[in-house]
Amino acid sequence: MVDNEILLEVKNLHVGYGAIKVIKGIDLYVKRGEVVTILGANGAGKTTTLRTISGLLKSTSGSIIFDKEDITTVYAYNIVSRGMSHSPEGRKVFGTLSTEENLFMGAYTLKTYDKDTLDWIYNILPRLKERRKQLAGTLSGGEQQMLAIGRAIMSKPKLLILDEPSLGLAPVLVRDIFKAIKEISINGVTVLIVEQNAKAALQLANRGYVLELGKITHEGISEELLNSTIIQEAYLGKKR
Amino acid sequence: MDIFLQQIVNGLTIGSLYALVALGYTMVYGVMKLINFAHGDLVALSAFAGLTIYTSIFSNGGTSIVAVITVFLFTAMIIAVVGVLLERFAYKPLRTAPRLSAVVSALGAGLVIQNAIMLIWGPNMKIFPSDLFPSTVYDINGVVITFTQFMILGLSSILMIALYLFINKTKMGTAVRAVAINQDAAQLMGINVNKIIMIIFIIGSALGAVAGLFIGIYYRGITFDMGWMYGLNAFVAAIIGGIGNIPGAMFGGLVLGLFNALISGYISSAWAETFTFTLLIVVLIFRPTGILGETVAEKV
Repeated sequence: MVDNEILLEVKNLHVGYGAIKVIKGIDLYVKRGEVVTILGANGAGKTTTLRTISGLLKSTSGSIIFDKEDITTVYAYNIVSRGMSHSPEGRKVFGTLSTEENLFMGAYTLKTYDKDTLDWIYNILPRLKERRKQLAGTLSGGEQQMLAIGRAIMSKPKLLILDEPSLGLAPVLVRDIFKAIKEISINGVTVLIVEQNAKAALQLANRGYVLELGKITHEGISEELLNSTIIQEAYLGKKR
Repeated sequence: MDIFLQQIVNGLTIGSLYALVALGYTMVYGVMKLINFAHGDLVALSAFAGLTIYTSIFSNGGTSIVAVITVFLFTAMIIAVVGVLLERFAYKPLRTAPRLSAVVSALGAGLVIQNAIMLIWGPNMKIFPSDLFPSTVYDINGVVITFTQFMILGLSSILMIALYLFINKTKMGTAVRAVAINQDAAQLMGINVNKIIMIIFIIGSALGAVAGLFIGIYYRGITFDMGWMYGLNAFVAAIIGGIGNIPGAMFGGLVLGLFNALISGYISSAWAETFTFTLLIVVLIFRPTGILGETVAEKV
């Protein structure tokens, strides 16, 4: 599944809010077909990194290359049609739109939504089909997360960016969500995922990066990170 | 009973005009969380622009459908352009500024438009020609309805139904609702938020323009500062219906129009405004989000 072609490459990225520097020169890449995770504590800059990649924030320096194009200065709404889709932190579903309308909005950049994609989403996230006429704001947290993921793949992206998909969910739902992400990845979508649940993320991912205070401190294939004592102590809750 | 029915007809007429103007307030508020206080002055500008277009192009007088349609389309286009410019220069630079700055800018922009009208057309009342619509009067069992009233009710209904369908049934309309809920999430769908805001100003201003022309045709006398009064009433209508809510603005407009007409008919038109704001206070005490305004709680 994974080939050697690099789909996303971030080079020496710096991002700040006013005088506060949040991202202090990070480099990362994602190969086509891979699942890559970014781990880190609260405030490490994970969400900022993702928001910069998808164009919601502008970097102060550095570059972002996606699918051989430099998208560093491209607006967020123009990046979606290039094949990148970002499911934001906290789900951000459109509460007063129905589930189905939310999914249709995911396909906004397409002339009409793709029926096969919709069927596929209903197949891997069957709860959404049951709830398709219901207002998204009335769904449970887990269902909203499923909707946020489904909505993000309606645009048929090459790269799916997920920000904390397990945030605030019961363990049984986390399992469902990760199963769905795996299914999406198997179907050829490259995935970049930020997670607090480091163990689940590393089990899913091919490779991982560890972000601390705006810098990447560790990187490697998932097995290595899972077995590294530093990572185990800091993120997997194991005592020495 | 005849007075009652007559006041219902009159109330629905003025209510339709309030509703058309209220839609402009509510759509801008829904998407930008901004009260566009210059909106009422756009309505006034529309009446003056329409007057000039009508008298300069069709100076021979005489009612023709072509003349009326031309005046409506031309005026609506001009006001839509002014609305877009207003957003571009008075609100867009303040998009990320504190909300109060944009409100102050709106008040300022309203004064600029109002004074521009005064400079161009003068401070005195202008009289709208009476020959745009035939002076036919229909008498239905003692209830009188003029051709103008009939047109106001008809065209307003058509425009409101069209807007409702656009917002609820089309992809672009759904995108407008999505932007109103969360601009960042909307951008992540590939929606150009600036384009949606422009569309909102085009639609809102054009609806206000239609209302402005009807105000000229229905009441005849137009003044440079009339936008404030109509704007304020329409703003109250939008709040009564639930600001940010499109059916709410339509409903609020009709309710306020009927209420005004009944107060004028049974008590005194001098008291109309007093009762308008009393109604506003009562509605806000019992339904702070307006009659149709309700928010679906977001799960965190």
